[in-house]
Amino acid sequence: MTDPLLSVQNLQKHFPITKGLLKRQVGAVKAVDGVSFDVVKGETIGLVGESGCGKTTTGRLITRLIEPTGGKIVFEGHDITHASQGRMRPLRRDVQMIFQDPYSSLNPRHTVGAIVGAPFRIQGIKTEQGTKKAVQEILELVGLNPEHYNRYPHEFSGGQRQRIGIARTLALKPKLIIADEPVSALDVSIQAQVVNLLEDLQNELDLTYVVIAHDLSVVRHISDRVAVMYLGKIVELADRKSLYESPMHPYTNALLSAVPIPDPKRRKERERIRLQGDVPSPLNPPPACRFHTRCWKAQEICSQVEPPLLALATGHQVACHFPENAPAPGAVSTTGEGLVTADGGPAAGDGTAAE
Amino acid sequence: MTFLELKDLRIHFPTDDGLVKSVDGLSYSLERGKTLGIVGESGSGKSVTSLGILGLHKGGPAKISGEIWLDGEELVSASAEHVRTLRGKKMAMIFQDPLSAMHPFYTVGAQIIEAYRIHHNVSKKVARKHAIDMLDRVGIPQPDRRVDSYPHEFSGGMRQRAMIAMALSCDPELLIADEPTTALDVTVQAQILDLMRDLQRDFNAALIIITHDLGVVAELSDDILVMYAGKAIEYGTAEDIFERPEHPYTWGLLGSMPRLDRERTERLVPIKGTPPSLINVPQGCAFHPRCAYEDRTGGKSTTEVPALLESEGGHLVRCHLPRDVRRAVWENEIKPNLEAS
Amino acid sequence: MVTYIIRRLIWAAAMLTIVSIVTFAIFFLVPRLAGATPESLATRYVGRTANAEQVKIAAEKLGFYDPLVVQYGRFAKGIVAGSEYDYGPGVEQCPAPCFGYSFLTRLPVWPDLLDRVPVTMSLALGAAVIWVLAGVATGVVSALRRGSFFDRAAMTVALGGVSLPIFFTGMASLVVFSYGYPFEITAPGGSFTPFFENPVDWAYSLILPWITLAFLYAAGYARLTRAGMLETMNEDYIRTARAKGLAERTVVLKHGLRGALTPILTIFGLDVGLLLGGAVLTESTYSLPGMGKYAIDAINSQDLPKVMGVVLFAAFFVVVANLIVDLLYAVVDPRVRLS
Repeated sequence: MTDPLLSVQNLQKHFPITKGLLKRQVGAVKAVDGVSFDVVKGETIGLVGESGCGKTTTGRLITRLIEPTGGKIVFEGHDITHASQGRMRPLRRDVQMIFQDPYSSLNPRHTVGAIVGAPFRIQGIKTEQGTKKAVQEILELVGLNPEHYNRYPHEFSGGQRQRIGIARTLALKPKLIIADEPVSALDVSIQAQVVNLLEDLQNELDLTYVVIAHDLSVVRHISDRVAVMYLGKIVELADRKSLYESPMHPYTNALLSAVPIPDPKRRKERERIRLQGDVPSPLNPPPACRFHTRCWKAQEICSQVEPPLLALATGHQVACHFPENAPAPGAVSTTGEGLVTADGGPAAGDGTAAE
Repeated sequence: MTFLELKDLRIHFPTDDGLVKSVDGLSYSLERGKTLGIVGESGSGKSVTSLGILGLHKGGPAKISGEIWLDGEELVSASAEHVRTLRGKKMAMIFQDPLSAMHPFYTVGAQIIEAYRIHHNVSKKVARKHAIDMLDRVGIPQPDRRVDSYPHEFSGGMRQRAMIAMALSCDPELLIADEPTTALDVTVQAQILDLMRDLQRDFNAALIIITHDLGVVAELSDDILVMYAGKAIEYGTAEDIFERPEHPYTWGLLGSMPRLDRERTERLVPIKGTPPSLINVPQGCAFHPRCAYEDRTGGKSTTEVPALLESEGGHLVRCHLPRDVRRAVWENEIKPNLEAS
Repeated sequence: MVTYIIRRLIWAAAMLTIVSIVTFAIFFLVPRLAGATPESLATRYVGRTANAEQVKIAAEKLGFYDPLVVQYGRFAKGIVAGSEYDYGPGVEQCPAPCFGYSFLTRLPVWPDLLDRVPVTMSLALGAAVIWVLAGVATGVVSALRRGSFFDRAAMTVALGGVSLPIFFTGMASLVVFSYGYPFEITAPGGSFTPFFENPVDWAYSLILPWITLAFLYAAGYARLTRAGMLETMNEDYIRTARAKGLAERTVVLKHGLRGALTPILTIFGLDVGLLLGGAVLTESTYSLPGMGKYAIDAINSQDLPKVMGVVLFAAFFVVVANLIVDLLYAVVDPRVRLS
């Protein structure tokens, strides 16, 4: 197995909460609490979850926009967890970020040329035929008219602005792109254009993506592997096909079942899992398995022992005491880590609780 | 008598840059107990239409023409004061972002009580009891305590439930929901959609649901109206729109959308270009610059605005392509691509 | 909520301490740094006619040879617990809060200040009522009829109100009204009738200063309210209020104005706090015997203890006003209570 491009190990980010006159720290929002995954060169990994699950914080930690509380971030074999600004500078070329809102992430007073060309200037890169030529090439690459070099962001539609945002990240030929909700602010017809663009760029420029999104259908379309997050933890991590076709974690099941299906014929026959209530606050997450308060399969052990993230099938990790669709214990060879040893072992999928 | 009927509704806003034709000749009807889904992208006029029904289209001197018939009354020519007495009572609205749609300085209860007492001459105590009942009805736990909470003390899902409670407090006959679940997480969205379906059955209201999410309309709607650049371009039952869509724009929407209920397609099929400016709507068919089949209309698409014509059994389409061509294209060119490759 | 109040109170106390240190530094440290000697400071207390020996004794008694920290300690102690002054002829008691003795009158500053409070308070609070009512009402109407004749006229007048100084508007009003156009109001001319003595005379003696002062502030409030209303009336919750079927008047007053008033509240507290410390220009223009006039007179006669007294007293009002605004904020905006 090749070395991963990016390896995130037990990453943590706790935001302190202070209280009282002296601003004593009384607790922490555990926004990201022990997240581990590897990203192999050329693949796309999707991080999905609902609000408060820590997916955006994870993205910002990887790009070192915020400082991790614990854990390790290894990029191309270098530990960059606490790398200084100076040491980060060359790395910033290799790791770029695409933001959600194409309206607020572009400086309205700068021309497109200035925005896309800025990375060249900041990194002090001399281009062969001048920055302008280089910028125009990138604009063309993302499907914008190179003659619009001197226009301002407000002269573009939402989809075009997102293309400008993508062009900016591509200027320095990055290896890894973190895309935080890259299409969720866009109209449906434009979403598809941008999704296709991201895929084309990946093929052409040999890019690696970490895509952060709440839309499960977009994530399935774009990702090779998917990590489902809940309250700061990864609850399931698998390749696309097995995650969507035989999800093991009850939460993943519930998420998939909650997505509205654009097929009026099937709305009556569909069996649904309906979770009760909202996602609990990450300020005070439930103990042990954080999902047990909303889980229909939860038993006593779920509120006492935190289930580890284990590989129950090849390339399919899940953190659950009672996973569904899991092969019988011992039936599958695992990748090193031991199988669940709890009493009785994981029950095979017993179907989903129908409404 | 039809419960709600729009006839050739036009809402135009004069601006410094020109006339914005947000709604440009829209007609549809809706019966009690039925749900109409209005689908479109930003700027299609879907939200302005419903604000127009409630008499809430703002932006100063908006020009509104056409007819809106609600339960035998015409609203465009009615006095503003009369329309106001119908708002909240006969017709109510649920908005997209419940945090900004509720006043941050008043408790949730106070806001429901206010809504109820506008139309019912009852004491605060009675209204409070009603507010608690409504909160209970929309599934808010401990409603007698939560009634005194402020909106910011609620979670997103709870806020939208409270918003629904407020809209339903006067038992409206027409309920308009503008992107009611867009700001919510997917598991909460599912809860709210269930709730709306149940409540609509109980209240037997006519429901208009406005959204850009085809999944949401498919979940709730009996009929679907697809809007583009201020006009209806396709109208039919949910089955018509999802099984036998006939407008290239509807095909485009379906092709743009990754779907969980099908095999994953290798590639999405987007609509080229971007939605038009409502000031300079393209000549002829407003969709023609983005249409992949424009060349098959014999040049009509750039000169003539197509009419909204019945294709079959109440299924209306605004397209220059002949019906047989449309059906053939759907069956042979579009549908196979939407299934897995 | 209790923590919030306590934290605010501690802040207020800290602010006052800092202000007293800064004031002390300005009047005692800075002159020393600029070359003044204990003797030259003491000269002011004993008068220029005294000989060097007398000055030296006075400086000794006033403690000007002590380290500055000790001097400050004595000064602060005087405010909190009172102190004794020894001028030579005999020891004089100065009860708390002691701001020292006037150079000129040899009377303690504090009772003098207290005498001035009713005048300034009457002026400031009366004007505040007028400017809030007039300013907010104008702002609301302007916002609702944006671009109308009323809006443009009101905003032009408001621009004038903000830019014209009090000594101009004040003098102008004096000239106009003393000639009896459109009716005659005799200028108070230094007289002030306490409210409890004769409320009618009280109001009559203050009507011109009120209007002059209120005009200046009302103009700013009108502009602020207008901007705030234009913003809140575009909020989603206003649309919700209309969708409920509320009458437009209720939408504007109960939902719109409530949202727009929060920032105005802050500024109002600060303005009133500042004015309570003395409306210098207005009081001078109309010769009203308030704190501002007191301050000007003290400065003109270089009566150091009086100046310090006024400064500290004014700072006290500002800090208290700030405190009240902070607490009111929590009442007005429930979201503040969380933090």
